[in-house]
Amino acid sequence: MPIGTPFHPRTSELCTSLFYKDWAGYYTVCSYDTCHEREYYALRNAAGLIDVSPLFKYEVYGKDAAAFLSRVMVKDINKLKVGRCTYLCWCDDHGKVLDDGTVSRLDDTYFRITAAEPTFSWLMRQSRRFDVTIEDSTDKIGTLSLQGPNSRDILKNVGDTDLDGLRYFGLTNAKLDGVDVIISRTGYTGDLGYEVWVEREQALNVYDAIMAGGRDHRIQPVGLDAMDVTRIEAGYIMNGVDYFSSNTCLIESRKSTPYEIGLGWTVDLDRDPFIGQDALKAEKANGSVWASVGLVYDWPAFERLFDEFGLPPQLPGGAWRSPIPVYNKKGLQVGQATSGAWSAILKDNLALATVKSAYAKPGTILQIEVTVEFERRRVPAIVTKTPFFDPPRKKA
Amino acid sequence: MKFSNKPDHPRYDAVVVGGGHNGLTCAAYLAKAGKSVLVLEKRPVVGGSAVSEEVFPGFTYTVCSYVVSLFRPHIVRDLELVRHGLEIIPLEASFSPLPNGDSLCRWGDAHRTRREIARFSAKDAEVYPEFSLAMSQLARFTKSIIDNPAPNPASLNPAEFVQALRSSQGLREANADQRFIYMKLLTMSAADFLDQWFESDVLKAPMSVSGIIGTFLGVRSPGTAYVLLHHYMGEIDGAMRAWGFAKGGTGGISTAIARSAQSYGAEIVTEAHVSNVIIKSGKATGVALENGDEIRADTVISGLDPRRTYLGLVGKEHLDSELTTQLGHYKFRGSSGKVNLAVDRLPEFSSRPGDGPHLYGDVAIAPSIQYLEKAYDQAKYGDFSERPYINMVIPTLVDPTMAPPGKHVISCFVQYAPYDIKEGASNWPQRREAFGDAVVDTLEEYIPGIKETILHRQVLTPWDLEQEFGLTEGNIFHGELSLEQLLYLRPAAGWAKYKTPVRSLWMCASGTHPGGGIMGASGELAARAILRKRAA
Repeated sequence: MPIGTPFHPRTSELCTSLFYKDWAGYYTVCSYDTCHEREYYALRNAAGLIDVSPLFKYEVYGKDAAAFLSRVMVKDINKLKVGRCTYLCWCDDHGKVLDDGTVSRLDDTYFRITAAEPTFSWLMRQSRRFDVTIEDSTDKIGTLSLQGPNSRDILKNVGDTDLDGLRYFGLTNAKLDGVDVIISRTGYTGDLGYEVWVEREQALNVYDAIMAGGRDHRIQPVGLDAMDVTRIEAGYIMNGVDYFSSNTCLIESRKSTPYEIGLGWTVDLDRDPFIGQDALKAEKANGSVWASVGLVYDWPAFERLFDEFGLPPQLPGGAWRSPIPVYNKKGLQVGQATSGAWSAILKDNLALATVKSAYAKPGTILQIEVTVEFERRRVPAIVTKTPFFDPPRKKA
Repeated sequence: MKFSNKPDHPRYDAVVVGGGHNGLTCAAYLAKAGKSVLVLEKRPVVGGSAVSEEVFPGFTYTVCSYVVSLFRPHIVRDLELVRHGLEIIPLEASFSPLPNGDSLCRWGDAHRTRREIARFSAKDAEVYPEFSLAMSQLARFTKSIIDNPAPNPASLNPAEFVQALRSSQGLREANADQRFIYMKLLTMSAADFLDQWFESDVLKAPMSVSGIIGTFLGVRSPGTAYVLLHHYMGEIDGAMRAWGFAKGGTGGISTAIARSAQSYGAEIVTEAHVSNVIIKSGKATGVALENGDEIRADTVISGLDPRRTYLGLVGKEHLDSELTTQLGHYKFRGSSGKVNLAVDRLPEFSSRPGDGPHLYGDVAIAPSIQYLEKAYDQAKYGDFSERPYINMVIPTLVDPTMAPPGKHVISCFVQYAPYDIKEGASNWPQRREAFGDAVVDTLEEYIPGIKETILHRQVLTPWDLEQEFGLTEGNIFHGELSLEQLLYLRPAAGWAKYKTPVRSLWMCASGTHPGGGIMGASGELAARAILRKRAA
C-alpha cells in the first residue's frame, strides 16, 4: 500500500475527488476535482502547486563527487557550476538509458540527483573507486513544484530571495516564511516555474505559506493529470512511458540510447571515460535506429474521420499513455506514439512518438492509428519539433 | 497593440469599414489570399464590441461582449490565431443563486449536476441529460447552416438549390422525433418549450434566458425557443461544448485576429472615421473619411450593421425603395446593457459563501420564469427592469492578469434595458446611474456587501452602446436574432449573401448570415464570397 508524502495531510484535505495514484510507492493526487481542467488552465494562466516528493533523490558529496558523477552521467558534471542544475540521463555499459533526471550542484563537493527510479544501489556499485558518500534522501525531503506565470510573484510574496536573478535551471538557498529551503528554477511543465526542496519536518509550513501567499495570484493545488498534459505540450519524455529503463527490459529491442529518445544533446561524448561512452561513440558514428519526435494530428482529417460516423471529434479527456502504432505513407509500421494529449491551449492533438530515424524530419507526414466506434482507422500526423508549447516566460 | 492613424497608400484592393471581429476576420482572409487590405476603425482600439479596455487603472474590462462559444474552430486554424495569442478558457459551471438563500449550480460533472437538480426536482434531474443529448444532436444537424451562406429558397437558380441541400444536409439525417423537436423549437417560446421537459422553475429560468439574450422578447414570447439551440452549438476543442472566456477578455480574440491580419499584410488604421462610401455609376470605388481624405479601393466591405451601412455609408439615393422599406422594418430594439465592476475582493454569495468552483463559470440572476417575465413587462412599457436578468462572470478567476492581485473585475450583462425608454432614448444618460444602481441593488440581494467592495463601475446603456460602439439602438447582434431576421432574410430578402445592390460593396458583420455572437462566420463567409467573385 502506498504511503503519504510529507504534504499528504494538506493535499488529502484538498483532494475532494479522491483520485489518487501510486507514484513510486506514494499516494499522489491525479486531480483534486473530478476533472483536471481548472488545474491545467491554472498552470498556464496563474499558478499550480504540485507535490512531486516521490521523485527519487540522492545526495552525493565528498572530494570526488564531481568526478564520480561525470563518470556515471552522460554529461561532464565537472563543468556544472555551483548553484546550477542540469538535466541529463545515465546509461548502462552498452549505452542504453537507465533513467533521466537532474543533477544539482549545491556546493563544490555536494550534489543532488533526482531520478524516476530507485538508483541508490546502482550509484553505490559505481562509486567504489571514488571518495564519495551517497545518501538516499527521498524520504527526507519534500518537493513542491510551483509552476505557471504567477509562480515567481508568489514565491516573492512568501520569501525574501531575489528570484529575478535566478536564471532557468539555477538554484538558490532561500527562506520561505522563515523556513530554510532550496529553490530551483526547474519543473516538468515547460512554463515559468520553480521547485522548492524542504526538509520533511518543515514541509507543511512551507506548503501553507505558499498556498497563502498564492491566494491572490489564484494558485491552485494541481495533480499529476494536469501536469501530464503540460509535459506533453513541453515535449518532455517520461521513463516507463516514452522509453524504458534498460534494467527493466526483458528484451533488447525495448531499450533505447540517449540519441534515440531525444537526449543526445545531454551527452558530452569526448572526454574522460564514462559509462556507456564507447557504445555511444559508435552510435554517433554509425547513426541511430530510432528517433524521438513530436506528432501533431492533421485536424481537418481527424474531424472528417469522426464526421464519417456522424460524430464530433472525440478528444482524449487527459493525457494518454497506451502506445499507438504509427505508419508511413505505404502503410508500413515505422514506430509508435507513446503518449499524447489534446492541447486546449494550442488547439492541437499532440503525441510523442518513437519512429525510425528516416522518418524523423520535421514536416514528414506519417499516419497514426485512431479508433472510432471500435474501428481502427488512420489519420495523417505531422512530425513536429518539440517543444510544442514554449512560452518566452519559461526562460525570461 | 498599437495601430497607425493614417493609411500608407491611397489605393487598396479592399477597404474594410469597421475593425470589429468580423471586419478583422474578413480582412485577414482577404490578406491571406494576397489582397492588399486596409481596415478603418473609428475608435482607438480594434475589436468593435469584442474589446478589452483598461477603463479603470489596473483593471481590464471585457467591455461589451464577455463570453465566447460559437467562434468557428476552423477560423482559429485558418488564421493561426493561437500563434497570435488566442486562448479560450472554458467556463466551468452555471451558477444560479436564489433570493431565498438557496442556489442551483450546473457543472461539467454530470452526477454532481444531477444531485443539484434533484434537490428541486428528482424528475428533472434525470431528464436534464436527455434534454442535453437531444439538443446536442439537433445542434450538430444545424452546424452546416452556420458554416455555409444562407441559401435563398425563393430562387430558381440550381446553385442555390445545391447550397440549400448542403446547408440542410444535417437536418435530413434527423429522425422524425428530432424533426418534431426542431419544429417546436422554431415555433415555441423558450419557457413553453422547457415546460415540455422540466417542472422546476429554478432550473427552467436560467435555461430559458438563452432564448432572449439580445432580443426584445420575453421568455414566454414565441420564437425564443430556437435560440436555446445556440447554447448547444458552441464548440470548444472540437467537441460541442459550452462557453468560454477569452484570455485578456474578448478583446483578446480581436487582437489575435488583428495580429493575424497584419501578419498577412493587412493594414489597420484606427481613429479613422469613415463618412461614406464613394459610389460612381452604381459602383463603390472607395471611401471618404470625415477629415476629407479619400481612399480608393476595388472592393469596399462594411463591417457596420445594415442600417449604418445602407442608410449611413451608402445613402437612400443609391437604393431602390423596396430595399429601403425592408431596412425600415429590420428590427434592432436593443434590450440590454452592460455593467462592469472593479472590486477589491471576490464576491461572496449568501447562498454559497466563499471562493469556489461555482464562481468559475457564469452566474445567472434568473430565479424564476415569473421574475424574467416581470423584468420584460417593465421593458415593454419603456422602463429598464428594476430587478433585471443579470449574467455575471468574473474573468479574473481564470485570468488574474486582468486586475491587480487579489482584486477582480466583474462583467454583468443586463437585460432588460430597452433602447426606447419612455423618456426617449437620448435621455438615457440621465437614467444611466439609476440603471447601474438597479443592477448593483439586485446583486446586493445575492451578494450582501458587494456595494462596499466596488472600486469602480462602468455602466453602458443601449444608448452608450450605440454612441460609442456603433451598435444601432444598442442591439448587440446588429439586429435582433429573431426568426424573421435570420438566414436568407438577414438583413434583407435577396441581399443575404454579403453582396449589396451597390456593385463592389459588400457586408461582412453580424447583420448578415449567420450573425450574432463572436463567431467570425459572417466575416469569413463574406471574404470567401468576395474571393469567389474575384471582386477584390
